Amino acid sequence: MGKTITEKILAWHAGRDEVRPGELLGARVDLALANDITAPLAIEAFRAMGAERVFDPSRVALVPDHFAPARDIPAAENCALIRDFARQQGLEHYYEVGRVGIEHVLLPEEGLVLPGELIVGADSHTCTYGALGAFSTGMGSTDLAMAMALGEVWLRVPESMRLRYEGELKPWIGGKDLILHTIGSIGVDGARYRAMEFCGPAIDALSMEGRFTMANMAVEAGAKNGIFAVDAKTRAWLEKRARRDYRAFESDPDAVYEEEITFDVGALEPQVAFPHLPSNVRPISQAGEVKIDQVVIGSCTNGWLEDMETAAGILEGREVHPHVRTIIFPGTPRIKLEMIRRGWMETFIRAGAVVSTPTCGPCLGGHMGVIAAGERAVSTTNRNFVGRMGHKEGEVYLAGPAVAAASAVTGRLTDPREVMGG
Amino acid sequence: MELLKGRGWNFGDNMDTDAIVSGRFLDAPVEEAARHVFESIRPGFVDEVREGDVIVAGANFGCGSSRESAPEALKTLGIGCVVAESFGRIFFRNAIAIGLPAMVCAGVSERFNDGDTARVDVEKATVENLASGSSFAAEPLSGEMLLILESGGIMEVLKSMMGEER
Repeated sequence: MGKTITEKILAWHAGRDEVRPGELLGARVDLALANDITAPLAIEAFRAMGAERVFDPSRVALVPDHFAPARDIPAAENCALIRDFARQQGLEHYYEVGRVGIEHVLLPEEGLVLPGELIVGADSHTCTYGALGAFSTGMGSTDLAMAMALGEVWLRVPESMRLRYEGELKPWIGGKDLILHTIGSIGVDGARYRAMEFCGPAIDALSMEGRFTMANMAVEAGAKNGIFAVDAKTRAWLEKRARRDYRAFESDPDAVYEEEITFDVGALEPQVAFPHLPSNVRPISQAGEVKIDQVVIGSCTNGWLEDMETAAGILEGREVHPHVRTIIFPGTPRIKLEMIRRGWMETFIRAGAVVSTPTCGPCLGGHMGVIAAGERAVSTTNRNFVGRMGHKEGEVYLAGPAVAAASAVTGRLTDPREVMGG
Repeated sequence: MELLKGRGWNFGDNMDTDAIVSGRFLDAPVEEAARHVFESIRPGFVDEVREGDVIVAGANFGCGSSRESAPEALKTLGIGCVVAESFGRIFFRNAIAIGLPAMVCAGVSERFNDGDTARVDVEKATVENLASGSSFAAEPLSGEMLLILESGGIMEVLKSMMGEER
């Protein structure tokens, strides 16, 4: 019986010839990751379980990106705690403010997450690395403590579902529109506990950045992981980045899927998820008149260079609406530097947008762009739950960078084609 | 494990972890986070909840983030068990890991009013509504999960594993 990519990666890491969905496995971990809000608990658990050294100082990454640069004293204490732990353990992949990026953009850029690998992180969006053909999933701090100490985790092999995308995408449509459309169709628990395997001509044509965006939001459909086959684009992307050799797996033609869905996306419009669920999705033509107060462009979902390029293309020579605060969060310092080289920093500042240091801050209502009661934000982030970006009476509309930038110009939820023509 | 008995609190579908513990409290001690549980969607909940109460929920309870403080804050408030039509997978894994029983139980959310007394047998996987007299079969937890719950959480299991490593 044929096997899926996910099953093959898990079998390899469990030292088995093959595995079946539903089995519980002990599996070897290639990289364990935590951030400034989940690492402190993980370190506490690591010590409480009697561990002294991490299993491999080159395979544990600590990324202070959520409330750093420290927003307040408790955040500063947490950052200090993980900094001390990183030094004491001699961790190779601890990133100080100035070098730190948003974890799920930073680690792929650093070449630390690779095809065929098994990566676990104390952050639900760890599933992002599936774009590179890795098995990666989020878990809690205590589970992560076990991974840090033993280099192993317990996992249930997920059933796989295959999502196929037919057609050629229109201008301004990207990975965010595809994944929002998908979640809108299957619901926030439509892939619960499953592996989402993405394929089809529209996926082959999609950029690596677009694939990262899609894999990032697999968890918003309840999935354990999202995954893509490795192709020439993946290999090209990894060429100057990969720090280790890697192994690319592909699904067998007779692999077994619990469900297969085909989407025809040739006529897909820009998509928007209305409050308060990522599945509450409408095409932009049915959005109606929604006045907005804030635009957030960036995050682990859309903080890639390509997203910055899209936003800069729309904001070039235009101005942010006077009633709108536009906050741009590139994923890493390297992306920010490239924005300077390409002149986009000037584009954004002249347009009246602010460009932040990389941080998760506003996405989870932490800092750097929290919203007030009654305010509405258009955001390229991944969640729009009640109170996610701040006050419980605030509203978050999820969209891609093109809709976000166009909306920044008009002050209301806007189709990029209205601003740019076409 | 002993039988759990407490007042049921009915929640709907897709209760996310931001609703349980808002992102603002992620660098706060769990005792403080626990004082704000469900604040955005059900203000006053923390003042009414009592030791041993049971959360009865619809589909996909605990969807969203990996924050372990979500089940931890519920446990800190005295919640004895969460029974739901289904769970977000990370929440479920975290709940068992920290020793908070979580049971998948079809049909339960439509047959519970706030305040109805719930009786849960975690080992036998049964849930009863003592107010209405209805009973439900939950999905049994695996032997490993029961062992973790009986130990009070995975930490005790890990301690013994680390002992064997040395």
